[in-house]
Amino acid sequence: MTERPPILELRDIDKSFGPIDVLHKISLKVHEGEVLCLLGDNGAGKSTLIKTLAGVHKATAGTILMDGEPVEFNRPRDAADRGIATVHQFGGTFPLMSIGRSFFVGVEPTKQWGPFTVFDRKKANEIAVKAVQDFGITRINDGDRLVGGLSGGERQSLAIARAVYFGARVLILDEPTAALGVKQAAHALRIVNEAKRRGLAVIFITHQVMHALAVGDHFAVLIRGSVAADFRKNEKTREEITDLMAGGESMADLEASVEGYVESHEGRLPPTNADE
Amino acid sequence: MNAFGHFLRRPEAASIISLLAVIAFYVIFGGVDLSKLFGAASWVNFAANLGIVAIPVGLLMISGELDISIGAMIPAGSMTTAILSGYYELPILVGMLGALSVGVLVGIVNGLLTVRTTVPSLIITLGTLVAMQGIILSASVLLTGNASVPLDAPAWAKFVFGQLIGGSHQIIIIWWVVLTVIFAFVVHRTRYGNWIFAMGGDRDSARNLGIPTNRVTVILFILSATSAAFVGMCQAILFNSAQVSGGMNFIFNAIVSVVAGGVLLTGGFGSVIGIFVGTLTFAIVNQGIYFTQIDRNWSNLIIGVILLVAVGMNETFREKALSYVPKKKKT
Ligand SMILES: Nc1ncnc2c1ncn2[C@@H]1O[C@H](COP(=O)(O)OP(=O)(O)O)[C@@H](O)[C@H]1O
Ligand SMILES: [Mg+2]
Repeated sequence: MTERPPILELRDIDKSFGPIDVLHKISLKVHEGEVLCLLGDNGAGKSTLIKTLAGVHKATAGTILMDGEPVEFNRPRDAADRGIATVHQFGGTFPLMSIGRSFFVGVEPTKQWGPFTVFDRKKANEIAVKAVQDFGITRINDGDRLVGGLSGGERQSLAIARAVYFGARVLILDEPTAALGVKQAAHALRIVNEAKRRGLAVIFITHQVMHALAVGDHFAVLIRGSVAADFRKNEKTREEITDLMAGGESMADLEASVEGYVESHEGRLPPTNADE
Repeated sequence: MNAFGHFLRRPEAASIISLLAVIAFYVIFGGVDLSKLFGAASWVNFAANLGIVAIPVGLLMISGELDISIGAMIPAGSMTTAILSGYYELPILVGMLGALSVGVLVGIVNGLLTVRTTVPSLIITLGTLVAMQGIILSASVLLTGNASVPLDAPAWAKFVFGQLIGGSHQIIIIWWVVLTVIFAFVVHRTRYGNWIFAMGGDRDSARNLGIPTNRVTVILFILSATSAAFVGMCQAILFNSAQVSGGMNFIFNAIVSVVAGGVLLTGGFGSVIGIFVGTLTFAIVNQGIYFTQIDRNWSNLIIGVILLVAVGMNETFREKALSYVPKKKKT
């Protein structure tokens, strides 16, 4: 355990959409230079949890802390300004833009051209290519290439390199390996390790236990919106984790694996004010 | 070879190829005399009037929106000019400012309705299209008692907006070329162009990255409505009169030009030069048919084919652009 407060901490986060209760009393911590793997079956609430962290959703109850201080995210921009970056399954969101242009959307470098301030394409391309090459993707050497022409792993790398370049401290990866082949996935995992080595806190969402074990320091299993297990590296075997995740299916397994508090909420919805 | 491959990946590639194909088709099957075709004013005039509207319509499409209210904005521009400066005999400057203000106003309405509601802009601008037609007709009949209003513009206004160069080429051609250069510069060389492409790619992400998506959308709608009003104003000054009808063809013609120019219907991809060439192609098909032995009625078939081929080619070129893998070296 580190002395310093975690970069990001969740305390008793609840989230409901109207009458639908999706997250119950989620408490998690992630420190810098650490990979937190969020495991869980489809529908467990993983995406809802990270959207809450990214400022897309507002938690119904509970506290989010950064560096020990409570913070409030009213829109995605608030989370982004505090260095929380989300990279989605397919990496870049602008497939028809060039690498250099998409890298700098909204913060384009400019230069003077006579009386005009113009987009500095050369500089944008150079910085973007260098950023992604620093992550070990040396095959990308032309900033004019369209993002959509890159492989899945390359797009992930580009998106991560971009987040790091713009000062992200917490990197949230939503199923980055789900759509990738074996080789590409290995690639993406290497990038995750590189981000971690650079001192970022990484929240890695997956339902592939092997991928989680390859990079994770800390694991949380989400079942029906609750943290069913929270453990560190080497505390559980792959089989145990797989059982845990599958446990969401049957009540008996669920009860055996939860840390106690799910029970108290079963069948009972906490009072909510559904203002979304 | 490499240079050709590079050309094929540009958004305007398809439009340049279809332009050449159309000319070749007219020469081979229509017996067109090229020197006659290129010397003629009709299709260039047609292209210029259309092209000034097609560019902002194309930019809206790149950003993921559509504006069909331009159909009413052409007569709105010409009628406003003619009513103010013709019927009420106010200085031409007042008429011109009035016409452009109507454009700005309708653009703001289109833009605000689009960003404030979830209604698709196609439906919103369909609404303003019909509403503006009603307003123009009522206002014209109410104020002047007529659906056609004469206008006698002073010499300087005719010189700048309504001149026939060499007795045949409308001065609006020069406006078209100048506006194309300005738009091409802003869209492809400044950061604002980047914003338009990003918005067409993914509006939510663009907004989260700090792009003022609502403001850009409203500005683009203002540009398209005002450009249409500008074309109407120039026509009123050139022809010395304005009619409440007309302009509806522009909707269809502009969209075909934009798509033939390589803009993706789904947004996020295209170029100003492509739209320019697409407009030229459309104008040559539409007006160049008179220089062939082909019956006029076939031109719509050709336009239909061009449109389908263009959409198919856009898809292919987009895939090509996306699949671009650099050869060994060369940085
Ligand atoms: N906006 C929403 N409104 C209502 N229910 C939602 C909403 N978003 C997610 N849910 C529900 O929350 C549950 C968890 O979904 P999600 O977070 O996407 O799970 P995961 O990412 O783990 O597969 C699902 O049952 C889903 O139907
Ligand atoms: Mg999900």
